[in-house]
Amino acid sequence: MGRRPELGRDAGLELTIDRIACDGFGLCAELLPELIELDDWGYPMIRGGAVPAVIPAELTGHARRAASACPVLAIRLARRPQGALVSRAVPERVRSGAGG
Amino acid sequence: MAVLTANRRLLDGRPLRLGPESLAEHSARLGPLPTSGDEAIRAIEASGLLGRGGAGFPVGRKWRSVAERGDGQAVVLANGAEGEPLSAKDRAAMTLRPHAVIDGAILAAAAVGADEVVLYIGAGHVAARRSIGDALAERGSRLPVRIVAAPERYVAGEESAAVHFVNDGDARPTSVPPRPYERGVGGRPTLVQNVESLAYAGLIARFGPDWFRGTTEDGAGLGLITIDGVAHPGVREIELGTPLGEIVGASGARLETARAVLVGGYFGRWLAARDGLDLPFAPLALRAAGLPFGCGVVSVLGPDACGVRATSRIIGYLADESAAQCGPCVFGLRAIADTTARLADQRGSAADLARIERWTGQLAGRGACRHPDGAAGLLHSALAVFGDDFGRHAAGRGCSSRPARAA
Amino acid sequence: MSDQILWFATRGAGVVSLLLFTAVVGLGILTVVRWQSPAWPRFLSVELHRNLALLSVAFLGLHIVTAIVDPFTSLGVVAAAIPFASSYRPFGVGLGVIAIDLLLAVLLTSLVRDRIGQRTWRAIHWLAYGSWPLALVHGIESGSDASMAWMVGLDLACVALVLGAVAWRLAAGRSNRSRLAGLVAAGSVPAGAKRGA
Repeated sequence: MGRRPELGRDAGLELTIDRIACDGFGLCAELLPELIELDDWGYPMIRGGAVPAVIPAELTGHARRAASACPVLAIRLARRPQGALVSRAVPERVRSGAGG
Repeated sequence: MAVLTANRRLLDGRPLRLGPESLAEHSARLGPLPTSGDEAIRAIEASGLLGRGGAGFPVGRKWRSVAERGDGQAVVLANGAEGEPLSAKDRAAMTLRPHAVIDGAILAAAAVGADEVVLYIGAGHVAARRSIGDALAERGSRLPVRIVAAPERYVAGEESAAVHFVNDGDARPTSVPPRPYERGVGGRPTLVQNVESLAYAGLIARFGPDWFRGTTEDGAGLGLITIDGVAHPGVREIELGTPLGEIVGASGARLETARAVLVGGYFGRWLAARDGLDLPFAPLALRAAGLPFGCGVVSVLGPDACGVRATSRIIGYLADESAAQCGPCVFGLRAIADTTARLADQRGSAADLARIERWTGQLAGRGACRHPDGAAGLLHSALAVFGDDFGRHAAGRGCSSRPARAA
Repeated sequence: MSDQILWFATRGAGVVSLLLFTAVVGLGILTVVRWQSPAWPRFLSVELHRNLALLSVAFLGLHIVTAIVDPFTSLGVVAAAIPFASSYRPFGVGLGVIAIDLLLAVLLTSLVRDRIGQRTWRAIHWLAYGSWPLALVHGIESGSDASMAWMVGLDLACVALVLGAVAWRLAAGRSNRSRLAGLVAAGSVPAGAKRGA
């Protein structure tokens, strides 16, 4: 039995980094290591490289904390465009029913 | 080959060595400039004209985006900064065909609903600025048109940097959003368009998208390139899609004997000579081959030159030209440049090579502008095309180029 | 005894406030110099800095309210709101009022930092460097325990900590950002090598 796709207020966030504001404090990598790691000089890189980075629903709280902690507000969170659901699992009946 | 109607190309008309085309010559050769902005946008969209500043964005679509926000108060910024050291085609267009460039800007203003035109011309491009200035005086204009001298820095021609300079005197890129077409000069929607793109837009509005597409077999149209590393370097107007080997041959060199060719500019890519022989030199064909058309630079690396040294010089330049706003660009390019220089001088190691590869992989998307991305593309291509030589240098085993000639 | 409770509360809350704010200054410095250790991640400095600041404000609130409500002080709301308007040690109390005003500016802007932007927020945050010394002198000038040995000891400890923190801040030098331009300008490849290939 599958779970319903995640919906709701926090299900669609994406993260961008203001590269000019960023000063390499590195708090974001401490608070959101799943998505952010630091390069040789302490500046953040988004794992997987995709920008903006999609925030999985279960990391929403951590992402907000990372954005809040940044001393220069370089971490920006924005709602993803409408219609882009962050789906973690699909209900059983949809999976078996639909075609391609 | 399509039948060309003579005299309608950008560099047709007055022989280039005789200097700028006057207003009278320009009008006699090309006829009047159409005034309908809407029709112009449609024609340019149909022509498939792609931007010639480096990004290759469809020109018609760009004009439409600004037109939708214009409200009659948009701004046209003609980008003639040409900070790319290998490129001279914007200068050539501005110096030799100033009226074509200005026509394009005026047409764009009508199309996007702009009440002001800024001609952003590199401070060092003295002849170009004089030619444009003379042309403006010759024709007068209902619209306010002003020339702004762009600082002679590589990134000064970047879209947001140009707007930033016009607004605040600071030619460094800014964080986007908002992009210039949303908020640019004076906070108003701004069309930032390369001067060559504007010149061709003017021609397309006159003679139609079919004329433009008809100039080449595959409909790619015409374009300006700058070619060097050949016997007859300089700016050429070509039929896009011409094989690169033919283009090089027409300029007095043989691509077959060259080592490699740099395509697009310092933010472009290296291409092994043999891979370029039959390559159609047109934006879409290049993109399909994973190469950027960029600003149409073709720089041939001779058989005696060292690809590692050439790359080292370029990346050193790019590191020096960083706007110094984003850590990854400043530190990353500097580290790569220093390490590549060591390798070029045979003072490097395999560890150095590994470091260059790692750092290069970390450049893309790490800055506010595409400067580090361009450097990354160049480096990736260098490591691919000159892989053997990089390995040799790293192992201290000399270079496949003849040492006496390695510049 | 009961009529002195408010007075004890005012004094106690005032001292605790000073200690907490001193810690807040220290944590702010730790944040900006990017200090860290295996046991102390960087986010701890900034989050503790903010949380303690809020806690200090709570004690500060207690300090002010009890001072106003206490029937034995002649301090009314006016004296608490307008500098130098109190009849009891107007200078000392006045400094405290100014210190609170500066603090409120920092606090309120911090709560809406997202909306006002980094530059504005940072400019106002500098007022905090003015607030702390005023709070210290306020305590010395108008505090009932100011001459007690333990209070003098605490005052000296706080001063030492803040001076040390400021010295550390100055020694840490310029931020990354201010170094970037210098790094590019210095360059290790000769500039002017403009023609490539």
